[in-house]
Amino acid sequence: MKRTLKAEETFFRILMNLTTAIILIILGIIIYSVFEKGMKALSWEMLTSVPSGGYYYGKGGGILNAIVGSLVLAIGATVLAFVIGLPVALYMNVFLVRRKKLVNLIRFILDLIWGVPSIVYGAFGFTLMVFIGLQTSLLAGIITVTLFILPIMIRSMDEILRTVPMGLSEATYSLGSNKSELAFKIFTRQSVSGIITAVLLSFGRAIGDAASVLFTAGYTDNLPNSLMEPVATLPLSIFFQLASPVPEVQARAYASALVLTVIILIVSLFSRGLGKRYHKTKINF
Amino acid sequence: MYLLNRQQRHVVNYSWMLFSLLIIAFLPFMLFGGLYFKSFLLLKSYTLKDLIFSHSWHPSRGEFGFYPFIVGSVWVTLLAIIISTPICLLTAINVTQYAKKRFLRIMHPVIDILAGIPSVVYGVWGILVIVPFISHYLGPWFGIQTMGYSILAGALVLSVMIIPFILNIMIEIFRTIPTELKEATLSLGATKWQMVKHVLLRKALPGIIASVGFGLARAFGETMAVLMVVGNVIKVPHSVFDPGYTLPALIANNYGEVLSIPQYDSALMFAALLLLVVSLFFNLLMHFFIARYNKY
Repeated sequence: MKRTLKAEETFFRILMNLTTAIILIILGIIIYSVFEKGMKALSWEMLTSVPSGGYYYGKGGGILNAIVGSLVLAIGATVLAFVIGLPVALYMNVFLVRRKKLVNLIRFILDLIWGVPSIVYGAFGFTLMVFIGLQTSLLAGIITVTLFILPIMIRSMDEILRTVPMGLSEATYSLGSNKSELAFKIFTRQSVSGIITAVLLSFGRAIGDAASVLFTAGYTDNLPNSLMEPVATLPLSIFFQLASPVPEVQARAYASALVLTVIILIVSLFSRGLGKRYHKTKINF
Repeated sequence: MYLLNRQQRHVVNYSWMLFSLLIIAFLPFMLFGGLYFKSFLLLKSYTLKDLIFSHSWHPSRGEFGFYPFIVGSVWVTLLAIIISTPICLLTAINVTQYAKKRFLRIMHPVIDILAGIPSVVYGVWGILVIVPFISHYLGPWFGIQTMGYSILAGALVLSVMIIPFILNIMIEIFRTIPTELKEATLSLGATKWQMVKHVLLRKALPGIIASVGFGLARAFGETMAVLMVVGNVIKVPHSVFDPGYTLPALIANNYGEVLSIPQYDSALMFAALLLLVVSLFFNLLMHFFIARYNKY
């Protein structure tokens, strides 16, 4: 009896270590294969020029249009989502702090729409576009991606704002401030680190998602110069280059995937670093 | 210094907050309403049963059978869940119960990075690693000739994509199990594994089921990565080595060409509506499941 118990425990411990190792190894393989394949095709020309004629048949040019397009689109969407998202998160935690049921209902709705696949946002964004008479454009892409990252941003901010202690609100009220001053001057300052993390998380989602911009942002070989014109994005440029039968173009797709991965890794690093840095300004109770 | 006085600023801020909140509150209804409105054209001329159970997909002839896509989606999703659930469960137990605290600090960035990698990059990885692996090793090993682009490839890529999602929830669940409960069990002479098996897993079971449910909903709607490796052949698959087609891939692949046939456009919106309903349904179910369980 005792021996089988021991054997069972040993067996499962080995299995556990194995699965943990599998996850670490998979991450290693992903990073390695993307870097190994991507580095071969990556060149300075690719990063600094737009596709010239015949780029998709293996001629010269680069993916600057997609890099700039993705950054502009993701920054636009993140700013818009921030402008809508921060007030909602603050409202939930300052104005509705005594109405637990209502706040929980809003959280529930946010969790529901967080789970909606991005392709559904893409299809909805397209419907919306047709409805208000917009062409595939940077603006349509920004609106769709904003809807897609809103729940992510609000819920992450909400999780941070929840932790602001009651005492701080009471102290602020006792000094004669009103609720919106408490929200925008005290709560935001107390939660800077969390808000930055939430923004960077949403930015990462916005720049990496392809399905929602597929029909709304379109694609172009030019740099973005107007809100009303189509814009190229990195995920779609990877997708289109991979679909090409020409090996050189496929190799460039791997290089583009490397660029996107590096951007994501940088954002992830920044969010850790900045989060720690602004932690110091927080008042501790 | 300011354009408005304090009271006016309060009013402006307050209205903006309320307006933003309303946008969010109506978003799910807008999503559902918009997609339903667009797919109404299709729903008007076909019954729901025909659409879901018919095999033939010939938009130019006006035949819209979603069955191959639904089956493809279900196969890929279920297979991915079956692969990733045990891996996540064992790793979560290892990380929270057995491993040193330090290890959890290593594991968190790993989960973050896995969760942050865009789905297109997962697709590229699938094409570079998983597809050749299946066509050169796994297929011949089972005596099957395959290109590698298959249901199995989609499921493998998808299972890696949902690992960070499920693992994260499971780790959170295991951390909320009260230490007293574990200590009481150990003090009665149980070994650590007995404690894990009889107390921890039993206490965490509803949470584990919920995390798998959330993972399922997420996996069902995943588009680009699956689209890139699944093969995109409109056919009901008979084995995991067959190529397949999923609902999200259907929408993503065909959007450019639909504008000429209004019903086709409507059909793709119906596919999006199906995805929305499945995602909302699973998420609702799991939320109520957790809420109910938490009462006891």
